[in-house]
Amino acid sequence: MKKIYLDNAATTRLDNLVIKYINDINTNYYGNPSSLHNIGLDSEKIIKKSRNIIANALNVLDKEIIFTSGGTESNNLAIKGYVKAHLKDGNHIITSQIEHPSVIEVYKQLSKEGFEIDIVDVDDNGYIDLSDLSKKINKNTILISIILVNNEIGTIQNMKEIIEIKNKVNSKIGIHFDAIQAFGKIDLYPKKYGVDLLSISAHKIKGPKGIGALYVKNGILIKPLLLGGGQEHKLRSGTENVAFIGGFALATEIAMAKKSKNYIYINSLKEYFINKIKKLQFDINIISCREAIPYIVSVGFSNIKAEVLLHHLEMYNIFVSTGSACSSKNNKKSHVIKAIKVNKKYSDGIIRFSFSEDNTFDDINYTIDKINEIIPKISIKRGVRH
Amino acid sequence: MKEILLVRIGEIVLKGLNRTSFERKLVFNIKDAIKKVGIVKVFNSQGRIYIEPQEENLNFDYLIDEVIKIFGVVSVSKAYKIKTDFDEIKKASLKYIEELLHVKKYNTFKVETKRGDKSFPFDSPHISREIGAIVLEKFSELSVDVKKPELVLNIEVRESSYIYSEKIKAYGGLPVGTSGKGLLLLSGGIDSPVAGWMMAKRGLKISAIHFYSYPYTSERSKEKVIDLTKIISKYCLGIDLFIVPFTDVQLMINDNFPNDLSTVILRRFMIRIANTIAINKGINTLVTGECLGQVASQTIQSINATNSISKIPILRPLIGMDKQEVINIALKIDTYETSILPYEDCCTIFVAKHPKTKPKTDKINEYEEKVEYNKLLEKAIDNTELIKIR
Repeated sequence: MKKIYLDNAATTRLDNLVIKYINDINTNYYGNPSSLHNIGLDSEKIIKKSRNIIANALNVLDKEIIFTSGGTESNNLAIKGYVKAHLKDGNHIITSQIEHPSVIEVYKQLSKEGFEIDIVDVDDNGYIDLSDLSKKINKNTILISIILVNNEIGTIQNMKEIIEIKNKVNSKIGIHFDAIQAFGKIDLYPKKYGVDLLSISAHKIKGPKGIGALYVKNGILIKPLLLGGGQEHKLRSGTENVAFIGGFALATEIAMAKKSKNYIYINSLKEYFINKIKKLQFDINIISCREAIPYIVSVGFSNIKAEVLLHHLEMYNIFVSTGSACSSKNNKKSHVIKAIKVNKKYSDGIIRFSFSEDNTFDDINYTIDKINEIIPKISIKRGVRH
Repeated sequence: MKEILLVRIGEIVLKGLNRTSFERKLVFNIKDAIKKVGIVKVFNSQGRIYIEPQEENLNFDYLIDEVIKIFGVVSVSKAYKIKTDFDEIKKASLKYIEELLHVKKYNTFKVETKRGDKSFPFDSPHISREIGAIVLEKFSELSVDVKKPELVLNIEVRESSYIYSEKIKAYGGLPVGTSGKGLLLLSGGIDSPVAGWMMAKRGLKISAIHFYSYPYTSERSKEKVIDLTKIISKYCLGIDLFIVPFTDVQLMINDNFPNDLSTVILRRFMIRIANTIAINKGINTLVTGECLGQVASQTIQSINATNSISKIPILRPLIGMDKQEVINIALKIDTYETSILPYEDCCTIFVAKHPKTKPKTDKINEYEEKVEYNKLLEKAIDNTELIKIR
């Protein structure tokens, strides 16, 4: 039976061309790019070409792209690498309430090391409070790091305005965007707006898991996390994963070529989905705001436990994610859901539907039908009588 | 001079006429648990168990790790076995102290002797005195401190003689299998694995039963229960895990009973199924992780309501413990990290916001009489999956 995969914000199915290309590289180009001989040179050429493709996708210079093991490493390298290289300028970092764990955990460690972390509030739609941001900048501020597209609710921050506010106070402050859910899906102009650091990842755009990149603006100093052979301009030692770098580049090429077309398609899919789900006779709350990236729609169901709905959908080969790592057992609600103050009625039953071009309108119809069947069966209020 | 492991067995030597069978069981359990460590000889003599390696370079740390998990063992010591001959004992003592000093610096010591073999011509104080004297003479850095010595040289004179210094504590208890069989209701939370471990410690041979409600709970919650069973099975010398498909029963409860009584009724159906499976398998008791007052289904009224339908006793080793005490044991036996993985389990999915804390058994009986549930229970029992965890 066909699998309806609606968890594309977690990861995507690899594009067949990408799988073939990775296989081809692994089969024919096994050299170490650092080796002096031609077998090594052939591998180096693949990396060079790949770097150029990814740099072009962002309109940046080739040498500004550092390959990493993925989004988590890119975020770690951006933040730790930047603050450690700017210790003399201050110890104050500003971030938002709705960051990814690969950023939050870095701050926890840095705050133990003596850095001061200030967290900017977000409104009920997940947009950061720009006046709060401007107030929080002080003379010790060295870095502002913000998630560009939130992974749970899809809110897209205004990159341009954030940078303008920063520049008004002090243009020297570094700025990092976690663009992992944005890359290959919306336009990104790091150069135009003056972004210093930007994290991206391959597996959210049908590329392989375990590879990502960090854009580091020319002239911006960061300290490496890994030391060794000095690969990636000494910023990321370790023999390059040639096949995955190639796969990442091909996935990027494909995503960029289809970007506008996919966006329009996914947007109509999302509108269709929201219209249909709203027509169901249940108490449902669309948590993602209208302007959120169409690839991610977070929906709250009242009187439903998200994990129970997830497993029922799974029985019908529909795969989604709970909007948060929450369960009635540990009552740990997602920090994002808390920050945007979702009504308590819905907060136990949040499901994230995240789309890709592989999803069809028929998939949506089928999914909505099944939700309609399942909800009465699993509603918590069921069975109450006195 | 040969390195061996000396195993002390506490309580079981007091068991009068049962003593031999208890000791035999313990030797059997030890042999079973340490097969994987290497080739060893295990035997008991005069209220002790001795483990003698039969191969070179046996990993003693590994051996000790496995042996101290076996219930019935009170403590172990790595010891030298020597011939019962005073000259031999003296020579070995000096060599042993020299080895110890090689690893760590000691300033003070004392010698403690136990003479089990009364035909040996010198009494214990005499042996201690003489050995102490030659140690002092040879190792000028050591002095005697009988109150708080840094190093105690223990000498046991029996058929063979043994010298050792360190005692490693084990859990005590009774050998698994000497107290009959019990069926543990295993949910996947913190409490039930601890309850199973505690009853195994009192010699109960544990089997476990888990109620599985896919797709209300997940495959992962089942994996979690299997993982927990694996962890406690090291202490229990293997566990038969019964996985009961419970979804239909749970839906029946949710359809037919008031929400605020559903948890206690759920527990009653679990006990019914567990009773049948236990009795079919010749198991004489149930074990639960219930703890008085912890949740609504664990008040004395709720416990009464579930207890009243069981045909066999229900043991509740955690009944008087605080949560933190239970967590401490879970940490010690290594189940805690697995228990806190956040998956839904069958007890949490339909939970009422305000369940009744003082349910009336008569009332519950009335409700239950109106519902035809036997077929559903039979079906659940027929489709129960057995996983043998070793």
